[in-house]
Amino acid sequence: MIVETGHFALILALALACLNAIVPLWGVATRDSRLMGVAPTAALAGFGFVALSYAALTYAHITSDFSLVNVYENSASAKPLIYKITGVWGNHEGSMLLWVLILAVFAAAVALSARSMPQDLHAAVLAVQSWISAAFLLFILLTSDPFVRMANPPIEGQDLNPLLQDPGLAIHPPLLYLGYVGLSITFAFAAGALICGRIDGVWARLVRPWTLIAWIFLTLGIAMGSYWAYYTLGWGGFWFWDPVENASLMPWLAATALLHSATVMEKREALKVWTIFLAILAFSLSLIGTFIVRSGVLTSVHSFANDPQRGEFILAILVFFIGGALLLFALRANTLKPGGFFAPVSREGALVLNNLVLTTCCATVFVGTLYPLALQSFTGEKISVGAPFFNATVVPLFLPLVLLMPVGQNLAWKRGDFLGAAQRLYFALLCGLAMVLVLAGWHHNGPLTSIIVSGLGVYVIVGAFAEIVSRSFSRIALVKGGIAQAWRHATGLPLSTYGTALAHAGIGVSLLGLAGTSWGAEKVLTMKPGDSAIVGPYQLTLTSLVSETGPNFTAKVGHVVIRSDGREIAAINPAVRFYPTRQMSRAEAGIKTLNLGQVYVGISDGVKPGTVDARLYWKPLVTLIWIGALVMGFGGLLSLSDRRLRIGVAHRFRKFAGAQQAPAE
Amino acid sequence: MTRKKKRATLIIAAMAVLGTALGLVLYALRDNIVFFYGPSEIVAKDLPPGTRVRIGGLVKKGSVVHEGQDVRFDVTDGKHEIAVTYDGALPDLFREGQGVVAEGVLAAGGLDASEVLAKHDERYMPKEVVDALKKSGRWQENADMGSSQ
Repeated sequence: MIVETGHFALILALALACLNAIVPLWGVATRDSRLMGVAPTAALAGFGFVALSYAALTYAHITSDFSLVNVYENSASAKPLIYKITGVWGNHEGSMLLWVLILAVFAAAVALSARSMPQDLHAAVLAVQSWISAAFLLFILLTSDPFVRMANPPIEGQDLNPLLQDPGLAIHPPLLYLGYVGLSITFAFAAGALICGRIDGVWARLVRPWTLIAWIFLTLGIAMGSYWAYYTLGWGGFWFWDPVENASLMPWLAATALLHSATVMEKREALKVWTIFLAILAFSLSLIGTFIVRSGVLTSVHSFANDPQRGEFILAILVFFIGGALLLFALRANTLKPGGFFAPVSREGALVLNNLVLTTCCATVFVGTLYPLALQSFTGEKISVGAPFFNATVVPLFLPLVLLMPVGQNLAWKRGDFLGAAQRLYFALLCGLAMVLVLAGWHHNGPLTSIIVSGLGVYVIVGAFAEIVSRSFSRIALVKGGIAQAWRHATGLPLSTYGTALAHAGIGVSLLGLAGTSWGAEKVLTMKPGDSAIVGPYQLTLTSLVSETGPNFTAKVGHVVIRSDGREIAAINPAVRFYPTRQMSRAEAGIKTLNLGQVYVGISDGVKPGTVDARLYWKPLVTLIWIGALVMGFGGLLSLSDRRLRIGVAHRFRKFAGAQQAPAE
Repeated sequence: MTRKKKRATLIIAAMAVLGTALGLVLYALRDNIVFFYGPSEIVAKDLPPGTRVRIGGLVKKGSVVHEGQDVRFDVTDGKHEIAVTYDGALPDLFREGQGVVAEGVLAAGGLDASEVLAKHDERYMPKEVVDALKKSGRWQENADMGSSQ
């Protein structure tokens, strides 16, 4: 009964989305505020129905209702409760339902932020959002219905793919989807703005928090996915340039560009056409990503052969939304007035350059990801474009961008002074150079690129804060009021300034982590209990191999003692698990974080009984790769909490115009 | 600076970045792409030794031999087979009779692999392998497939 209710709720949600896709737009066209007023109510109700439906599916999974095909194929009664809950999105149908649920959450959030927006824009945004909801609800109901029953319910299920029974994977899809789907809001804002003809600084200010939310989640989602691949796939790599990874990287690059161009639009009313275009592009890339993952057209570590009908349906959605938005864009873009004036050497100029490079990076990743597909459909030849391609194209584009990042931050709006900005960065440059010299002296045989990247990382971290330091600890401030005055200046700066600094510093932190990995050590060997090996600064000894039984698997667990200078400092337990239901085994790497690096041991069954094939790694600084992403995300969060950018601020801004506003600029 | 000059600067900057990107892409595509073939295609194409390729198919039953660090096995599509040598740790899901993708350089005796991928069980067959088997006519439709996200 509960299951049927969930199914029915999903159908009602579709009906509601169809209604909400038409009525508010009708209202916008006829300037009827009652019709426009339908939008928020319908969006909230739609959220209620989708949430109900999602709850029903979760209930079926928790109670192991194997009369549902979806539960039977992806669950088992012995599966731990946590994976029964997260397993709801560990399969195609459930994950699409999660997609739609998050879409509904965002729609409801937009509906509730009504006060800050002009009514027509608000209604149009929600209507566009409903078009997207309707398309995906239709997709679920027609091709991926999670509520299909079986005539003869089996008593036991087939269990979840063991690779997915992992805390990392349990939270990875929701994070990534919050990012992907969050970009649908910026898309809806772009389409809504084109429909209503409201494309100005206020629009940019309204759309920025949503872009920031999506960007934060996307950043964390990508980092999480990378960490998951690192510790589950068992061979210690953290980025494979795999199509599925690229699918999330492309929208991230576009969203990052959008964040920066929206700032220009907000402050200077410039780059309007470009910003709207980017907003459309970012979500289009999310859709393309969904298509790549869902259709199985590309070979990947994450995606598997799939039902082609689904791929075609998503392709149709893709063509409809990208085509529709671009058509709207083509019809409306020429009506935009050109924006403000600025010199090439200025904050805006730097942001334009940033956009240029980011979108070019994005295009390069796009080519590398889809070129094999295009080649195959035109010539039948099958190729793989792997890591070497992306390293040869993206890295040379990205590094100069990183080098210029602190410079751009130190340029003034309108007309900047390049020498002045460079002067403020003397200290950062010195720090970077010092790092290079220290490393060059210390690691004579280290790879040159890693030394340079480390220096760059330090320069970026220090440079990211140069603006704050120079703005608050300027000679004038110090002369006028000493340190106390400077401190007041520093604490008086808007939070978003600190957010920017942290986000940029995060890139530097990740760069240090990337550089650090090349000073690591690696050994692949067959081991039996008692065997030792030296890896980097540590001695690893396999002391025992034990068989254990888990709730739905059997495992061979190794006990590895880590010694440094003969002293025992830690122990780890790498394991191979065997899941009988699926006849699959998977590695559980043993990982110990020491300082900022990690000792990483992966084992798999050896050829001779009583032995294991072990992969032993020492990865110095490796955690910085993901810590950097966390720092970036935290920077985004700080910017988001800046009261001038908060959702709803435009409304208050109008209301209290002039009163207690005007924060220090 | 006039609007015209500003636009010219922007266009020049854009051309420079895009030109660089195009150059990098063309260079990387020439040097870093790897063609994928099934065993039958390798035999039919008669590629010169030293060519970098990816091959996909099933690990022939009974063909896996360990020699110290090295592993040798045959990849088959049911019609032809290619001998593969590899000197690293095999992925967890590497099994006889199951799908595998190996990338490496063609040598006189077969493929000298630098990477072996076998991430899926019989239900989670790498797509390249499915295609190679379909091409050789040895593919049997089986149960539905799942996905990871």
